Parts: sequence; structure tokens; C-alpha cells
Amino acid sequence: MTPLIELKGVEKHYGDYHALRGIDLDIRQGEFFSLLGPSGCGKTTLLRTIAGFEAVSSGTIRIDGRDMKGVAANHRPTNMVFQSYAVFPHLSVAENVGFGLRRDPRSKAEKARAVEQALEMVGLGGYGQRRAHALSGGQRQRVALARALILEPKVLLLDEPLSALDKKMREQMQVELIRLQRQVGITFILVTHDQEEALVMSDRIAVMFEGEIGQMADPETLYRRPASKRVAEFIGKMNFLPADVRRDGGAIEVDVAGLGRGAIAAEQAPGGVPVGAATVGLRPETLAILFEGEATDRRVAEGVVDEVVYYGDMTYYDVRVPGVDRPLNIAMKNLIGRPVLDVGTKTRVAWDERALVLLPG
Amino acid sequence: MKKGRSLGTYAVLYLVFLYAPIVLLPLFAFNDATIIAFPLKGFTTQWFEALATNAALLQSLRNSLFIAVMTAIFATLLGMCAARAGAMAEFPGKKGIIGFVMLPLVLPEIIVAVSLLIVLRQVLGLNLNNWSVIAAHTLICTPFSIAILNGAFQNLDPSMEEAAMDLGESRWSAFRLVTLPLVMPGIISSMLIAFTISLDEFIIAFFLTGANPTMPVYIWGLLRFPAQLPVVMALGTILVTLSVVLLVIAEYFRRRGMARAGVKDTGGFL
Ligand SMILES: Nc1ncnc2c1ncn2[C@@H]1O[C@H](COP(=O)(O)OP(=O)(O)O)[C@@H](O)[C@H]1O
Ligand SMILES: [Mg+2]
Repeated sequence: MTPLIELKGVEKHYGDYHALRGIDLDIRQGEFFSLLGPSGCGKTTLLRTIAGFEAVSSGTIRIDGRDMKGVAANHRPTNMVFQSYAVFPHLSVAENVGFGLRRDPRSKAEKARAVEQALEMVGLGGYGQRRAHALSGGQRQRVALARALILEPKVLLLDEPLSALDKKMREQMQVELIRLQRQVGITFILVTHDQEEALVMSDRIAVMFEGEIGQMADPETLYRRPASKRVAEFIGKMNFLPADVRRDGGAIEVDVAGLGRGAIAAEQAPGGVPVGAATVGLRPETLAILFEGEATDRRVAEGVVDEVVYYGDMTYYDVRVPGVDRPLNIAMKNLIGRPVLDVGTKTRVAWDERALVLLPG
Repeated sequence: MKKGRSLGTYAVLYLVFLYAPIVLLPLFAFNDATIIAFPLKGFTTQWFEALATNAALLQSLRNSLFIAVMTAIFATLLGMCAARAGAMAEFPGKKGIIGFVMLPLVLPEIIVAVSLLIVLRQVLGLNLNNWSVIAAHTLICTPFSIAILNGAFQNLDPSMEEAAMDLGESRWSAFRLVTLPLVMPGIISSMLIAFTISLDEFIIAFFLTGANPTMPVYIWGLLRFPAQLPVVMALGTILVTLSVVLLVIAEYFRRRGMARAGVKDTGGFL
């Protein structure tokens, strides 16, 4: 199956500034795809080249098999929800939502019905006659969504649509956006700098740094098997430990500083298998503190509690292990009967070679 | 405390000095005497009637209105181009160019008048008529239009027009359907201000009018005939009233535009 959107070697220069450096991307029909990266890495620029607001300096963009070179924004099968929503303040809600239907040959009554349906879809049924400038942020965003979706685009582009909302509203809208996307079956491309948002909402995520894609994968792979230190650091927390790598036939042997030896599988090294000095990563929740009397069949290292941060449902420990200069960050669920350890307590740390990820550099 | 009082006194004196002469205008316009002096003699509207029957004066008024309307249109069109470029486009030397465009704001009118006269008569060899005044008035009014329209365009979210294009409109119809209505209050306000400035401008008009004087120039001519002074007062009364009304309307539209775009008021002329 050919991808719905296909980017090949897309470059963008703003004068001397190299904003996009060779982006290759395939996005499938019906996919919820996210562009994730820190502010200024070129996410908006990439989205705008797909929408047709920015011309690429080189490379090609194909949508539905058609080369988009020279095709203006108003002739592309894409619609955009802008970061500022760009709801027209001088029009009513219904006029905003029906704006794109101006050239539609349907009758007035049919269009009005379509507008009302679109409004109902985003939970704004009956709001048609309101003035747009009197709406709240969340409502404006729904108007922007309805206005784009009513045109049934092949691709909906969303530029940080949730960043202007407060936390509660944001979480509610995340769920609604997912539901909406499944309902309409339109391909969504979401730009966000919020890793949690990307993990929650997307089928696949491309992590971008400085105009390049660092890694492209589904949320679980991205979290469990980051291909680089940078990706690992950007998505969640990770402990980095120096390690020595040896290849013994098909098996990969690692000797992790402070923890000991272990064998890992090839898919635990998504960035390739280096030989010699390397770095391994371990997520805080894959490590465990062994409380008094607790036994384990996992590997164990000795350490001393360096810092305790109590979160209610979780406690985050920093544990110093001999042979490692940075303490290990460990996340523990506060299950019934589990004490919260004091700073200075001697403790054992259980780790598992299956949770290791081998990182280049 | 003391400082506050002297500042207050200063403000009151300043306002009296500024507005007292204007208050005298209607006083003598309705006074039943040819001589402008106290005590007042009684109420009359004869000076206003004399106004209405003075053919030369009415012709000058028509000239002035035509010039003011044309100036308002041209200055606002030019102002829109400059303000839009200033707000939306990035180009090298932008600051310097905008500065140059705003320069006529502080250029003495007498210099504009003399230099334009030389260019039009000596260099280009053209005849003077209403259009020479319109050109000069457009020159001095455009900076005001830019100042007003800058506010309107800078408060405009640049993604508004892009959103319209994204929804299927061409560049021009996106501008017409979205940008134009959003900056319309600024456009009206700019046209009214330019109109007002042009209507009572004297120096440039004096230098550049052809056979048909504008109204301020005609009034200046009337001053040589003391018997006509009350008529001038009557005309002055009408003009002051008209100017104030237009400025208030202009400011009303500017503020409404600000409110509609949902932004804080950051200045303006009133
Ligand atoms: N029109 C432009 N002219 C010059 N530089 C730009 C322009 N648009 C974006 N940039 C630069 O490109 C980089 C990426 O911008 P952007 O795509 O908006 O980042 P993001 O959306 O990831 O925060 C930024 O450093 C920004 O300054
Ligand atoms: Mg952005």
C-alpha cells in the first residue's frame, strides 16, 4: 500500500538558517501521526510545508500520490488547525464553520445542516449563532476543528492545538481528539512539544531535533527502545550508565558499571550495536528497591538512598551505587505496607537485563 | 502636593489658551454686529445666511471637499500597503524604509509646499489645479494613515488570512473576506483623519491651488474685507463642529476595531 503522505529529502532554508535538514516521512491513511520535539526544532515549519504555506527548498512532498510542488494551500487536500485557532472574530460560529463551503454547490439548507452536524460532532451543537470572539479558548478550538473537518480533508494538520488550554481541558481534549479521529477516519498530523501528549494520542511519532528526525516509531517502541540518548532524554526519564560491550557469536554481552554483567537481544540496541565503551539506558520504573526481607530472581546491586521525593502514588528515589558517579533514579509504587525509606538507608536495587537499552555515544 | 497644584494650574491655563479662541468663534458668529468686539449686540443668523448665498465660497467648499475625499482615499490606500508590508512581510532595511515613509509627519509644510511647487511648475511644467493639491495632501496625510493602520494590521493574527486560504480561498479573496473586514475600522478611521487634515490645510493649498482656491485659502482672502469677518466666524464655527464630529467618529471606529480584535488599546490620536 502506498503511503498517503510521502516526504523525501525535504529541506528548508530561511536565509542562512537551515530549518529542515532532509526529512523523510511516510504517513499512512487513517493514521494519527505526531511530530514531537523541543520548541524551535522545525515542527511548525514542516507542517506548513505540508499545508502549502511554505515552499520547500528541496525535496518532494506527495499527498495521495500527487506531487505537491507548486500546488497552493487552497488546492491541497489538507486542512489546518492553527496554533492560535485563527477563528474569524467578525463572523458567527456557524459562518466560521461554513466558511470553507462557499464554493460548495449544495443548497443553503443542506450546507446549514452540514454545519450543524459538524458543530454537534465537536460538542458545540446549538452554538451556531454565537459571535466567535465571545467564545472561550476551548470552544474556539472546537470551532477551528469543525471548520476544518467539515471539508473532509485527506489530512488534518494540527499545530500544538492543546498548548493554550489549561491542564484539565487539555486532558479532556486529548481524549476527544482521539475519539474524533477514529470516528472520521481522517489522517491526523499533530505537532506537539509535550511528550506525554504524543504518547497518549499517536499511532506513530516522529521525534525531531534541529530540523532532523531523531527517531520514528510507535509510542511503545519509542519509550522502551529509544534509538539515541537524546530521544531517551526527551521522552520520559532514563538512567544512563557506562557499559562495556562484547559480541560473543550472536549474543551481545554488556558489563554495566555498578550493576554487573548481562546479555541483551539485538532489538535492545535500536541504534546499532557498538563494540567496546558504550552507554546503556534504564527507565526508573524498570529498577526496583528491595525492601527488607524481599527476595528476587532478578539481578541485584547494593546502594545507599541519596534522595527521596514523595509523590503520593509514587516515590522517586535516588540511590547511589558504587562504581557509578550519578545516582540511579528509581520509581516505586507506594503499595500497601511499603515503607518510604529515609535518606542514608542502605538498600538493594533489583535490575533486569531485558529492560536495558544500548545507546550509541 | 505643591508640585501637583502648580502642574494642575499649568494644565488649566494651557487648555484655556488652547480653546478660548475657538469658543469665541460661535460667539461672534451669532453676534448681530459687523465689528468683532465686546459687548455682544444680540443674536442673529444672518452671517450663516450670507454664507449660503456666497457662490465663490460654495465653489471653494466644493473644491475642498473634493480634494479632501480624494486625499482620504489615496492616503488610506497607500497607508494600507505600507502597514501591511510593515506588519506581515520581512525584508532588508525594513526599519529604515518605514522611517522614511513616516518622515513627512515632521517635515515643515512650507518646505513640502515650496518644493512641490518647484517640482510641479519648474521641473515638470504642469499647471496647478486640484490634483496638485491632492498629491501634496496625500503626501502629508499618508503617515497619519500608516500610523492608524499599523495598529490595525499589527493586531491582526497573520494566521487569519492563512486560515481563509487553507479553507479554499485565493490570496485575494482571503484578504477581502477576512483581513479587510477586520481592519475596516482602521480604514474608516484613517479616511476620516486624512479628510479632516486635508479639509483645513492652508499652507500647501495656498501654494499649489490653481485658479480655484480651496476653502481655507478663500477664507484667508476674505480677511482683507473687515465687513466679511463675521461670515468667516460663521464658517469657522461650522468647520470646528465638523472636525470634532469627524474625529470623534474616527476614534470610535478605531476603538471598536481594537475591541473587536480583542486587544488592549495602545494609543491612537485621541
Ligand atoms: N519565516 C521564518 N523566517 C526565518 N526563520 C524562521 C521562520 N519561521 C521559522 N523560522 C525559524 O525556524 C526554526 C523552526 O521554527 P518552527 O518550525 O516554528 O519551530 P517549532 O514549531 O518546532 O517550535 C526556528 O528557529 C525559527 O526561528
Ligand atoms: Mg511551533
